[in-house]
Amino acid sequence: MIAYILRRLLSLAFVLFVVSVIVFVLMNLVPGGPFTLADRGYSGAALENLERKYGLDKPLHLRYLNYLTSALQLDFGNSFSVAGNPPVTELIARIWPVTFQLGLYTIILSFGLGIFLGIVAAYYHNSIIDNLVTFIATAGIAVPNFIIATWFLLIFGFQNGWGMESKWIVGPLTADGAAILSWDYILPVLTYALAPLALVSRYTRSSFTDALKADFVRTARSKGLSERMILLRHVSRNALIPMVTVLLPQIPNLLTGSLFIEVVYGVPGLGKFFVTSIFNRDYPMIMGLVLLIALLWGLTYLVTDVLYTVIDPRIRLGARQGA
Amino acid sequence: MRRQRQVDASRRSLGAEGGLEQRSLFRDAFRRFLQNRLAMIGLILLILLLLVALLADIIAPYGLNEVDFSIVRLGPFQDPNHFLGGDGVGRDFMTRLIYGARTSLFVGLSVPLISFGFAVPLGAIAGYRGGRWDFTILRVIEVATAVPPLLFAMFLISITGAGLGNVIFVLAITSWIEPARIARAQFLKYRESEFVLAARAVGASELQIIARHILRNALTPLLVSFTFAVPLAIFAEAGLSFLGIGITEPTASWGKMVGGSVKSSTVVVDYHLALFPTLLVALTMLSFSFVGDGLQEALDPSRGD
Repeated sequence: MIAYILRRLLSLAFVLFVVSVIVFVLMNLVPGGPFTLADRGYSGAALENLERKYGLDKPLHLRYLNYLTSALQLDFGNSFSVAGNPPVTELIARIWPVTFQLGLYTIILSFGLGIFLGIVAAYYHNSIIDNLVTFIATAGIAVPNFIIATWFLLIFGFQNGWGMESKWIVGPLTADGAAILSWDYILPVLTYALAPLALVSRYTRSSFTDALKADFVRTARSKGLSERMILLRHVSRNALIPMVTVLLPQIPNLLTGSLFIEVVYGVPGLGKFFVTSIFNRDYPMIMGLVLLIALLWGLTYLVTDVLYTVIDPRIRLGARQGA
Repeated sequence: MRRQRQVDASRRSLGAEGGLEQRSLFRDAFRRFLQNRLAMIGLILLILLLLVALLADIIAPYGLNEVDFSIVRLGPFQDPNHFLGGDGVGRDFMTRLIYGARTSLFVGLSVPLISFGFAVPLGAIAGYRGGRWDFTILRVIEVATAVPPLLFAMFLISITGAGLGNVIFVLAITSWIEPARIARAQFLKYRESEFVLAARAVGASELQIIARHILRNALTPLLVSFTFAVPLAIFAEAGLSFLGIGITEPTASWGKMVGGSVKSSTVVVDYHLALFPTLLVALTMLSFSFVGDGLQEALDPSRGD
C-alpha cells in the first residue's frame, strides 16, 4: 500500500514537471511580454531594466531552470501584475479561500441533495420523485452554467433591483481570516451546483438501482433484515464503488472553481485570476495556478484509487494500470 | 422478455465473429432505437437543426450582416418582417440565430471528428501494442489529465488568438483523452480474444486485424462517446465565445449572443437577445443527449429495462 502510494506520488511529480515545462514554454510563446503590452507604456531603457530585473532578458531554458530551482525550494516567484508584487504563494493563499468556499458550499448542496434524491429515486422506482430526478438530471446538463448565471443575473440582479449581482468588495473573509457565510454566495452556488447535482443524482440513482437488484439484497430480505439495514449496510456499500469513480474527480474540479461562474458573478477567485493573469502575461501567477490545479487533480485521482480498496477489499492496488 | 434478451445477447456475441450476424445486431439496435420515443424526438430535432444549418443561406430572411438601424434592439413579435426582432446593432435576430446553428453544429461536429481522428489511433496503438507504447501513451494521457481542458483551451486561445478555426483547433486538442481511453480499453479487451486469434491464424495482416476485426467491435462505445462529445464541444465554443475569446464578429454564435446580452448595459429591456439562444442551446444539447442515451441502450441489449 505505502509502496504503491509512493510510486504514484513519484509519477505525480513527473506529471507536474512535464506540465510545468509545457506551460512555461507555451506561455512564453504568447506574443507580448508582461511589460511590453501597450498599456504599460514602458519603452527603451526602462523596459530593458525591468526585463533584467525580472530575469526576462535571459534565454528561455535558463529562465526555466531558474524557475525550477526556486520552485523546488517552494519559492514560486512574485506576481508581475498585482500591485505591490506579492509572492505568488501569498496571492494564492489570499484568493483561493474564496473559490474554495464557493466550491465547498456547492459540493455540500449538490452532493447532499443529489445523493438523497438519487437514493429515493432508486428506491421508489418510477414514482414522482424518480421522474423528478430524471428531470433534474436532464435539465441540469441541458443549459451551460454561464447561461444560467446570466439568467440569474437578469432576473435577480438587474431587473428587480435586488442587487444580488456582484458586490464583492474585499472578498468574503473577515479581517481575522474567518470564513463568513455571505449572501453573495447564493446565486453563484445555486448556479454552480446545478450540473454536479444532475450528475450526482443520476449516478446515485443508477448505481443504487443496480445494487438493489442484486441477489444479496434478496438474501438480506429473506433473512428478515429491516429495509433500513439493507439500504445502509448492504446496498449503499456496493453502490458506492461506481459512485466514487465518477463523483470524486468532481471535487477538485469544484474546489478550483469555474471560470464562467467567477467571471459572470465577479467572484475574485482562482478562475478569474487565471483569466486576468493570462491577459496580463503574469508568468509566475500562471505557473503557480496551473501547478496548484494539476497537483489537486493528481492527488484526487490518487485518493480515488486508494478509496477503492477501502470500500471494496477485493480490489488490489497496482493491479489496475494507470488510466 | 428475459428470453428475448438472452437471445439478443447470444446473437451479439455471435455477431462479433461474422459479417451476417453482425448486420443483424445493427438491425436489432436500429429497431430498438426506433422504439425509443425520446431518442426519436431527439433525432428529428437534430435533423431539423442540421437542415437549418445547411440551408441557412436559403431560409434566413436577411443577410447575415445586413444592418437596418430602424430595428436596433427591436423586441420580438412586433414587426412581422423581423419576427424575432433585431439585435444590438440592428441585424435581424432570426437570421443571426439561424446562422448561429451553422456555427454551433460546425464546431460541434468538427471538434470530435478531429479529436477522435487522432485519439482513436493513439488509443488503439496503446491497447494493441501494449508494452512501451502503452506506457508512453498512458503517461501522455496522465499529463493531459492534469490540467482542466477548459483552462488549457483558454490558455491556448491566448496563444493562437480567437476565431472559428482556432477555436476548433484548440477544442480538438483539449478533448482527445476520453476517446483515446475508450479506444485503448477496447483494443486491450479484444487483443487476446478468439476472433483475433482466428483472424491471425488465417493470415490476416496486422492492419486488417486492427481495422476490420477489432475496430468494428470497438465501434459501439466510440459512437456513443462521439454523440456526447458533440454537445460538449458546442458548450465549450459557446463558453469561449461568451467570454469574448471564441468566435469573432461577424460570425454568429449562440454563446456570444448570450454573453453580449449581459455585457451591454441594455440588458434590462432586451430579454430576447438572451432567451432565444438559450433555448436553442438547450434544445441542441437535449436532442444530442437523447440520441446518445438511445444509442447506448439500443446498442447494448443488456442495458435498460
